[in-house]
Amino acid sequence: MARGIRDKVAIIGMGCSKFGERWDANAEDLIVEAFNEALTDAGIEKNQIEAAWFGTAFDRVHVGASALPLSTALRLSSIPVTRVENMCATGTEALRGATYAVASGACDIALALGVEKLKDTGYGGLPAGSRGPLPDLWVPNGSAPGNFAQLATAYSAKHGVSAKDLKEAIGHVSWKSHQNGAKNAKAHLQKPVPMETILGAQMIAEPLGLFDCCGVSDGSACAIVTTPEIAKALGKHDIVSIKALQLCLSDGVESTFNTWDGSHFATTRVAAKKAYEEAGIKDPRKELSMIEVHDCFSITELVTMEDLYISAEGQAVKDVMDGFYDADGPVPCQIDGGLKCFGHPIGASGLRMVYEVYLQLLGRAGPRQLKNPTFGLTHNLGGAPHSNVSAISVIGRYN
Amino acid sequence: MTTGITAFGAYIPRLRLNRASIAAAHKWAMPGLRGMAKGERSMCNWDEDAITMAVEAARDCLTGRERSDIGGVFFASTTLPFLDRQNAGVISAALNLEHGISSLDIAGSQRAGTSALITALRSAGEGDTLLAAADARKARPASSGEMQFGHGAAALTVGTGNIIAKLVGSYTVTTDFVDHFRGEGQEFDYGWEERWIREEGYSKIVPQAVKAVLAKVGVEGAKIARFVMPCTMKGIPEKIAKDFGIPAEAVADTMGEVCGDTGAAHALLMLVAALEKAKPGDMILVASFGQGADAILLEVTDAITKLPKRDGVSGALARGRREDDYMKFLSFQDNVKLDWGMRGEVDNKTALSSEYRNKDMVTGFTGGKCTVCGTVQFPRTHYCVNPNCQALDTQEPYSFADSPARVMSFTADWLSYNPSPPFFYGQVQFETGGRVLMGFTDTDAGQIEVGSSLKMMFRIKDYDHDRGYRRYFWKAAPVSTGKEA
Repeated sequence: MARGIRDKVAIIGMGCSKFGERWDANAEDLIVEAFNEALTDAGIEKNQIEAAWFGTAFDRVHVGASALPLSTALRLSSIPVTRVENMCATGTEALRGATYAVASGACDIALALGVEKLKDTGYGGLPAGSRGPLPDLWVPNGSAPGNFAQLATAYSAKHGVSAKDLKEAIGHVSWKSHQNGAKNAKAHLQKPVPMETILGAQMIAEPLGLFDCCGVSDGSACAIVTTPEIAKALGKHDIVSIKALQLCLSDGVESTFNTWDGSHFATTRVAAKKAYEEAGIKDPRKELSMIEVHDCFSITELVTMEDLYISAEGQAVKDVMDGFYDADGPVPCQIDGGLKCFGHPIGASGLRMVYEVYLQLLGRAGPRQLKNPTFGLTHNLGGAPHSNVSAISVIGRYN
Repeated sequence: MTTGITAFGAYIPRLRLNRASIAAAHKWAMPGLRGMAKGERSMCNWDEDAITMAVEAARDCLTGRERSDIGGVFFASTTLPFLDRQNAGVISAALNLEHGISSLDIAGSQRAGTSALITALRSAGEGDTLLAAADARKARPASSGEMQFGHGAAALTVGTGNIIAKLVGSYTVTTDFVDHFRGEGQEFDYGWEERWIREEGYSKIVPQAVKAVLAKVGVEGAKIARFVMPCTMKGIPEKIAKDFGIPAEAVADTMGEVCGDTGAAHALLMLVAALEKAKPGDMILVASFGQGADAILLEVTDAITKLPKRDGVSGALARGRREDDYMKFLSFQDNVKLDWGMRGEVDNKTALSSEYRNKDMVTGFTGGKCTVCGTVQFPRTHYCVNPNCQALDTQEPYSFADSPARVMSFTADWLSYNPSPPFFYGQVQFETGGRVLMGFTDTDAGQIEVGSSLKMMFRIKDYDHDRGYRRYFWKAAPVSTGKEA
């Protein structure tokens, strides 16, 4: 294996807009809100940025095609700006583009920005629409909750977990995130929610109730990256660096062959192993200080705990119920509130997760600050359990 | 040359609307409907139409036989989903029949089914002709048709070899007697006074055809073992039978209480029910009415005892589930417009070029089987999906339509737009290998779990109301009827 990306690139500035139903804001407003925070944080001039990656997913309800919305919004003059889209991994893909550019030496300072303006559709949930001329002919017109809900039936069948026990465990997943989100002024949903409310909520896609689903919101997040050497030259002392960036996509085996059992994410398992190797992590359960995972639905988060090799297979329900992933547990998960409380503006989510890890590593997380974090992991999962894109990054202190 | 029927099949939608629920809904305005509120009438699920029912009846008819010797497809219906796009062509594609076959839609009258049968019997030659008849007539709410109609389909193969019921003779009377009509652009029938139809129509026109066919072949009414005559008016078939000396016990049940009148399909549906119980040597007389009358005399042969088991009418009737929700029926019939929200506004325009290019895959449910490793997969692709194989361009066509399958994972989705929420769908694992994410149909809450047995059914996937198009694909249906649910 190649040497990997570990410690070749540092993050010198990050920004994150207020997430939520931003009736007041266009995509441009969200972009500028996140970018200005990052630029101030980095302490550089805008014209020092030599290349940019723009992540956004649902162009048909949002900003339209290409990277022009970013280059125009920020008046990025005469630099390459690239549009990336890879479902829910889009934000992390923008970061990967900028990171690889800096690591290659093609440029010194690069920008990764993700944005999504979802709340102009007129209805809740993700936008519905054509999947393309061939899929429209045969793929069921299901929804994201419907696709992810199937994890629950398969997980229950495989591990012999009763529907009631699983419902309570995924309820705890959401309860814990709402507790955390209540301490985050940038979150969309900032109220703790009682367990009875979570368990008794209206059904969206069985067994997922309303509170098993993340919010849908508008938002933007961004990162400015450079080399650790340049970061030092810019006067940065406390440096956060990228330890691993991995991406794994389904090749059709889960959806079409006969081996996958429907209860887990095959891609996440591959990406996690590679990320730990790249980052030099031997025991993630002990070494990771915090994780920000793709909790589009509570069941997604629960099975992801096993796919990241933090909970042993079949043990996620126990770990969740034991509070292992709570704010005061050994590996806090979604300490910022997660997608559950931030909602999921597709292009922004990956960078929003990195933003929280960055704040925690620098001790800037305020009321939800963890004690001496060293490694943070972020995870995005786009698509559906049977066919998806899984991105994992590990961020840590640069020594 | 002797020609005759070589096999039969039937299909009746699973949902059976309780007629009492129709009467209850209209009680405020039409209390008299209560008198017709006996039993159940079959109703299409939202994703069924004359084509999908015809495909299912045809599949039943083709049970246990090769399809390569089918030389033609006739489709009879007065509710053809397409006025200009051959409906029989959709059926032949769904059945993966050979390309070099003839095909024909036959419409325009309640006797379209029997007239199609006479045409098929008289033109029988090379290869069997598959004849499907199906109707899914709409009726204006609170009309007698809403009570009397049912939805259903029958299918027959007609040919010169392995005949189970040979043609003895047939006779047709054509006369422009307009008991009802449905003009261009009209959704519903308009009918004349029932007493006139009974006296001047059925009672005078049908006997002309019956008399002529019996005289033509020299068979006496007393020899008839089964008299098949669809008619929603009580006593008419019995009266005609009596007039010709046909034994009273020979008069076939019109299935009014369990199914309703399935229009152009009904004479053939009743014929299928008769064939299911027929013995070698039985004479079956079929008479149907509609701008004249058809009379067909058939004689059952020894070969009927060797016909492989099939669902037939009895199997289709047994699959029924009572539906008490009249509003659901109205909505499925598009007789009331519910507010489905913005998710229901998605544009379902079909790329016709893509649909044609992928016709075998989508309409015929054909995937691939790798000739190197044997892996069965859907869709059929260039590279084999088996991670230990990945051979290039090795997949032969493989049909999933008749493969048994099981639920691997599923959900009941209340968020997605579906005309019959919740939308059940999930991963379907085929017992021959291969899996497909599929929509489920004819499924009730609590009816399925991981591991439940499924069968494939040809259904409407989406409607494009803006353009008057609909696209078809296959769905998974529980093998259990779900009556307990």
